[in-house]
Amino acid sequence: MTIIRHQPEKKAPPDAFSEGRTPTFEESAKESLSNSQLRRNLGKATQTIRRKRGVAVAEMPDWEELREAGRALKARTLRHLDDYLVELEESVKRAGGQVHWARDAEEANRIVAGIAKSHGAREVVKVKSIATDETKLNEYLEGEGIAAYETDLAELIIQLAGETSSHILVPAIHKNRSEIRELFMRELGVEDLSDDPPDLANAARLYLRKKFLSAKVGISGANFAVAETGTVCVVESEGNGRMCTTLPPVLVTLMGIEKVIPQWRDYEVFMQLLPRSSTAERMNPYTSFWTGASQGSGDGPEEFHLVLMDNGRTDVLADEIGRQSLNCIRCSACLNVCPVYERTGGHAYNSVYPGPIGAILTPQLVGIGEPGPDSLPYASSLCGACYEVCPVKINIPQVLIHLRGKVVRHKQDEGGLRERLDPENVAMQAMGRIFANRRLYEGAQKAAHVGQWPLARSGTIHRLPGKLAGWTEARDLKPVPEQTFRDWWKTRRGGPSPNGSTGDGAS
Amino acid sequence: MRVALFITCFNDTLFPETGRATVEVLERLGHEVVFPEEQTCCGQMHFNTGYQREAIPLVRRFVEVFGPYDAVVAPSGSCVGMVRELYPLAANLANDNELLYEVEELGEKVFELSEFLVKKTGVTDVGAYYPHRVTYHPTCHSLRMLKVGEAPLKLLRRVRGIDLVELPEAKECCGFGGTFAVKNADTSVAMLGDKLRHVLDTEAEICTAGDNSCLMHIGGGLKRQRAGVRTVHLAEILASTEER
Ligand code: SF4
Repeated sequence: MTIIRHQPEKKAPPDAFSEGRTPTFEESAKESLSNSQLRRNLGKATQTIRRKRGVAVAEMPDWEELREAGRALKARTLRHLDDYLVELEESVKRAGGQVHWARDAEEANRIVAGIAKSHGAREVVKVKSIATDETKLNEYLEGEGIAAYETDLAELIIQLAGETSSHILVPAIHKNRSEIRELFMRELGVEDLSDDPPDLANAARLYLRKKFLSAKVGISGANFAVAETGTVCVVESEGNGRMCTTLPPVLVTLMGIEKVIPQWRDYEVFMQLLPRSSTAERMNPYTSFWTGASQGSGDGPEEFHLVLMDNGRTDVLADEIGRQSLNCIRCSACLNVCPVYERTGGHAYNSVYPGPIGAILTPQLVGIGEPGPDSLPYASSLCGACYEVCPVKINIPQVLIHLRGKVVRHKQDEGGLRERLDPENVAMQAMGRIFANRRLYEGAQKAAHVGQWPLARSGTIHRLPGKLAGWTEARDLKPVPEQTFRDWWKTRRGGPSPNGSTGDGAS
Repeated sequence: MRVALFITCFNDTLFPETGRATVEVLERLGHEVVFPEEQTCCGQMHFNTGYQREAIPLVRRFVEVFGPYDAVVAPSGSCVGMVRELYPLAANLANDNELLYEVEELGEKVFELSEFLVKKTGVTDVGAYYPHRVTYHPTCHSLRMLKVGEAPLKLLRRVRGIDLVELPEAKECCGFGGTFAVKNADTSVAMLGDKLRHVLDTEAEICTAGDNSCLMHIGGGLKRQRAGVRTVHLAEILASTEER
C-alpha cells in the first residue's frame, strides 16, 4: 500500500458557528430525508448502538443512582464554576502548565495559533475535539499558514471529504465502508485497498504515523479537567489521542469552561457513565490523563497550555432552565435514541452539536434570533427518549420547550410588523382568546364543523390549505363531527344548565 | 368516587365518542362523573409551540375550573402531562408563586384514564368485551412523562374476546408531536412510515392508544394507505361490552 499525498485542502460547509446564515432544520431535513443511502447507514448504526447501550446499562444495578450522582456533581460544579475554574488555573500552573482565558472563538483561535507560531510550527496534529470544531480552529490555522491534521479515523474521513461531522462520537456515521474506501483511494492516493475495516484503518495509520512523529505541536480538547489537581483527561478509543498528547513537545488543550470537575474521585462516577452511554463499553479503551508539563522528567509534553473558553457558556449558565445543558458529557446517547436524528442525520442541524443536545445547546450558545438556530428547538416531537437515556439527566424536552418560548417571545418583542402579522402568531393569538372564553370556544366548535364542508369528501379530509397542507401530504384527516362531546352531555342530562350539568358549582 | 372529567378540547371537538366511552367506563365502575362545562383547553398547544405567555390565562382558567375537585380524569396522556409537568414552568414564567403552589397541588389530582383505573383505584377488569385483533401503541407522553407503565396493557389483557398482539418497536415515537407534525411534516411522516410498518406487521385490525392526537396521526396514515386497519381509543375498547 502506498500513500502519495496529501494536504487537507477542502473547506467544510458553514454552520451555526460560522459567519452568515444557515438553512433551517426543516429545509435541511428535507434533503437528508430523501437520501436513501444515508437513511440506511444511519438507521442501521443507531439501532445497533442503541441496542448495545441498553445491554451495557442493564448490567448496572445502580445505574439510576449513578445518573443522579452525575447530575448532582455537574449541578454543584456549575453553581460554583468561578471558584473551580480559578482552582483549576492554579493547579495547572503549579504543575508547570500555562493557562489562557478566551472570551470567544476568535480569541481562542488567536491564542492557539499564537502558540503554534511561536514554535514555528507549520503542521499540527489534532485529537478529535468538538470545541475546536466550534471555533473553526482548522480554518483559522490554515489562514495563518498552519496545516491541521485530524488523527481520529472518523475525523480524518470527514476532513478528507471536506464535510462536517454528523455525530458527536462517530463523526462519519453517515458513511459506509465502501464510501470510505473510495474516499481514501481518491484523497490519499492509495491504490490497492479493500473495504475491510482493518485495511481502511491501516491506510489511515500509515498516513498519520509520519505526522505524529514530525509535528511539533499537538492540539486536543478535554473531556474533563480536575480543579483539585489540574489533571486534564481525554477519552478516546483509537489510541491516536494518546499519541497526540504525548509525542509532540508542545501540547495545547482547548476546553469549554463547563468541563471542569472538582476532584479526582469524581471520575469514579463519570468513567462509569460515559463509556456505557456512548460506546456501550464497560470500560473505555484509551483514557489519557496528564497534569501540567513534563518539567524535565521526560514524561509528557515539555510545554503545556490550557485554553479555557467561554464562547457563550456563561450566557447559558445565566438561564435557570437552560443551564442544565452544560451538564453534557458528550456521550451521544441522546443522538442514538432520537427518532428525528435517526432519520435526518446530523447535518440537518447545521451545527457541530447535532441531535437533541445540539438542538438545545446550539441556539443557547449562538443566541436566539437567527432563523437557522431558532428552528432547532422545534426539531423534536418531544418524545422524551433523550431524557430517558441521558447519563447526567438533562431534561432535554423541558429545555426544548423553554427555548421555543424564548424564540417566540424574541420574535414578538424584537420583531417588527412582519413578525406580528406572521400567520402562526395571528392564529395563536386568536385561539388564545377563544380558549379563554367558553362562549367563544363553543362558537368556534360550531364554526369548525360548518367551515370544513368545502374540504370534506365522503367523510374524510384529503387536503388542507396553506401551512396545514403538510399534514395532508401523507395523512387523511377526520372531519369535525356534528355533535361535540359537550353537546352530547347536555342531551344526556336533559338540557343545559348554567354551570356543569350536575349542578356543579365549580365553574 | 366523584370524578371530574377533563375531556380536553381535542376530544371534545373531534372525538366525542372517546368522551362518551370514558363516561361509560367510569360510571360502570360506580364513579360519579361530573363535567365542568366551563373547561376549554389546557394550553398545551400554545405552551409547546412557544406561545407561553398566551398559555398562562389558560393555566389559570384550568386551575379555577378543576381546583375544587378531588380527582380529575382525562382520556389523554399528553394533556395530563401538560398539567402535571409543564404547569409549574408556566407558573414560573408568570412569576406567580401562588399559582405555582396551586398547580403543584392540582397536578397530584389529575390522572390519565388508565392510570386512574389501575394505579389509583386498583382495577384491571372493567367488564369489557371486544372480539378483535388489537395492538397497543404506548404514546410517548403516557410512557415517558406520566410513566403509566403497564397500566393500559393490564386493562387490555382483561378484556374478554380480545386478541392482543405486541407491537414491534412499540416505544418508538409515532412522529406526531403536536405542531411538529405540521412544522416538520417531512420528518414526522418519515417516523410515521416506520410506525405504520410495525402496525401492519402485527396483522391487527385495530391499533389503540391512550391519546387521540397520536391516533389521528397514525389513523390518518393508515387511511391514506387504505390499509384496512383502524385506530380506536383505549377508552372505547374498555367501554364495549357484549350488549353493545
Ligand atoms: S445531552 Fe446527555 S445523552 Fe446527550 S450527549 Fe450530552 S450527556 Fe450524552
